[in-house]
Amino acid sequence: MAAETIVRLPDLEDMTVDEVFASLAPKPPRGGVLGGTGLVLLGLLGSYLALGPLGRMPGIAKVPFFVLSVYAIIRGIDVVCKTIWGPRFDTGLWLCVVWLVLLGLAAVLADFLPLTEHVNTVKSIAETGNHRPDFFSRHPLGSNNFSLDLLAQSIYAARVSVGTAILAVLIAVILGSVIGMAAGYFRRGVDLVVGIATDSVLSVPALLLLIAVITVIGRPKAPVEAVWKMGLTLAIVAVPVMVRLARANTMVFAQREFVLAARAMGASNRRIIFREIMPNVALPVLSYSFIIIATLIVAEGSLSFLGIGLKQPNPTWGNMIAEGQVSTVLRKYPHIALVPGFVMFLTVFSFNRVGEKFRSLWDQRDAKL
Amino acid sequence: MLRTIGIKILLLIPVLLIVSFGTFILVDLVPGDPAQQVLGPNSTAEDYASIRLELGLDTPVIERFFDWGKDVLFHGDLGKNLINPRVKVADTLKRSFPVNLELALLAIALSMVLAVPTAMASAYFAGRRLDRTLSVTAFGMISVPPFLSGLLLILVFALTLGWLPDSQWTRLTIDGSWTNLNLIKNLKTAALPVITIAINEIAVFLRLLRGDLIGTLQEDFVLAAKAKGMPIRHVLFREALRPSSFSLITLAGVSVGRVIGGTVIVERIFSIPGVGQQVVSAATKSDYPIVQGGVLVLAVFYVGINMFIDLMYGFLDPRIRRGR
Repeated sequence: MAAETIVRLPDLEDMTVDEVFASLAPKPPRGGVLGGTGLVLLGLLGSYLALGPLGRMPGIAKVPFFVLSVYAIIRGIDVVCKTIWGPRFDTGLWLCVVWLVLLGLAAVLADFLPLTEHVNTVKSIAETGNHRPDFFSRHPLGSNNFSLDLLAQSIYAARVSVGTAILAVLIAVILGSVIGMAAGYFRRGVDLVVGIATDSVLSVPALLLLIAVITVIGRPKAPVEAVWKMGLTLAIVAVPVMVRLARANTMVFAQREFVLAARAMGASNRRIIFREIMPNVALPVLSYSFIIIATLIVAEGSLSFLGIGLKQPNPTWGNMIAEGQVSTVLRKYPHIALVPGFVMFLTVFSFNRVGEKFRSLWDQRDAKL
Repeated sequence: MLRTIGIKILLLIPVLLIVSFGTFILVDLVPGDPAQQVLGPNSTAEDYASIRLELGLDTPVIERFFDWGKDVLFHGDLGKNLINPRVKVADTLKRSFPVNLELALLAIALSMVLAVPTAMASAYFAGRRLDRTLSVTAFGMISVPPFLSGLLLILVFALTLGWLPDSQWTRLTIDGSWTNLNLIKNLKTAALPVITIAINEIAVFLRLLRGDLIGTLQEDFVLAAKAKGMPIRHVLFREALRPSSFSLITLAGVSVGRVIGGTVIVERIFSIPGVGQQVVSAATKSDYPIVQGGVLVLAVFYVGINMFIDLMYGFLDPRIRRGR
């Protein structure tokens, strides 16, 4: 009886506790599979009208129309997925995973895909440049001034941009966690030195530091060179971040009983660090690596945007955006900057979203940032 | 308390030493001969030798570093520009640093003004549709690289609608006098860059404050205030905000320090004559005194702000003040 009075609300019927919980549980969306598919189709039609050959509406109306269509597509997918896999299905997260997988596959298999020319201006010179996006033409996402295909360029650019970030994070995870664990475990002198070193690197504006380092080691000329050179450079700013993370996590575990027990059994410091502490620190550190990849993609983009990384016609997202950034180009052919911009945004967003999920699953500490 | 402050200040010295020495070495390693840069393409060997002597390039790096350090410490003199030796580095930086400071302060202020009420709504309706929408939006805003948001803003507000200028910075003061201000024009040119910077910052502030507020809203004193029948506005602003705002204040301070040095991209997009632009263009022209001076000033500012925040933190939160 008491339970029923607690939940008595003025404008509701009396409910039992079970009914209250049932009403609070997420409901399956209305519409079902059919409605959701319909919404997706509607969105596809809308985006086709906005971008396809039939699209004859003025540019300023296209954008909100296109945004609405994309929203309809996502909403439709959401409804379908929630109907099939239950109302708790995190559609946004899975869309991000799908995007990353697709982008990764496309970047790896780019040579085997039927893409239009992306780098050799000799081959593309016969065509007129600055093609507008048109899903059903040779250039689905348009082409740039040298009539290089923006879709192909965006995919090849992913190799450089994402490859660089992943290399840098790998270096940072390995180096950073070893240094960080040492600092967090031994404390005192080691911690002091490591602390001063990380503070020094982090107190210099990251982008300026990267620019200086790249000028010293020389600007990369080819995609493969770009990946390792920029990767090593970006690692300089990524390592201190990882050091701090690993150190903070190590300090939590170094106080725990199992470490004390290991020490009591006469385990060496190296054994304690690598066999007792590392398995616990690895997951939180790895979970942050996705978020750091996202930041590094932006950093790499910034460098090549400033003209310090790889140069066109070898594409990276940054230099593609830089090409379309000049205000005369931006006014007439906004797609040249916006296409790579949105590909980059989606990738960074996806890495952030997936990383946030991993972080909330794996990081023991109640980190807020 | 005094002891902690003392130790913190002591720890700053090696950091700044390493930073300035690191920049010095790094700039020294940049390929390209500064003496050649000063002289230009047509020069004789004697000119070359004499300019090397004048710039002190014949002495080892360490020696030059200590000479430079002595000038910086005892005379506040950062040296002269190489390409244009009549201008002092300190004057170049004095002209560009206020621009960064203005951008950073405006951007952080704007972010705070927008983030605080949004975070309150988000925390109050935690888990509901509004909160979820705001969270996704915040995620999107964190993920927008500045060169995308900046270009979109230019495209919409400058090129299509024509409300605001797309580039060309107008200084706040005309001829450096404070009586003759160019406020409206200055704010107009600052609007788009400030929004570009704020887009990233708002989202970070929002997420942080939301998390803290959700914690605070479960405290007993909030329940008490609600039970007394206080209006929700009072509960949020007068009861919950203050205890939830410590980490926000810390973050805002750190952000000012970070944004001041981190706006190279925004400066490039909107052609703003800030420190970042100066340093980047000087680096490509191997005008190394500007690079050294610029990085040092930015690093000192960053470290100083962090220091100040640490002190303020102890000041605001009585637990820390009494703690140690």
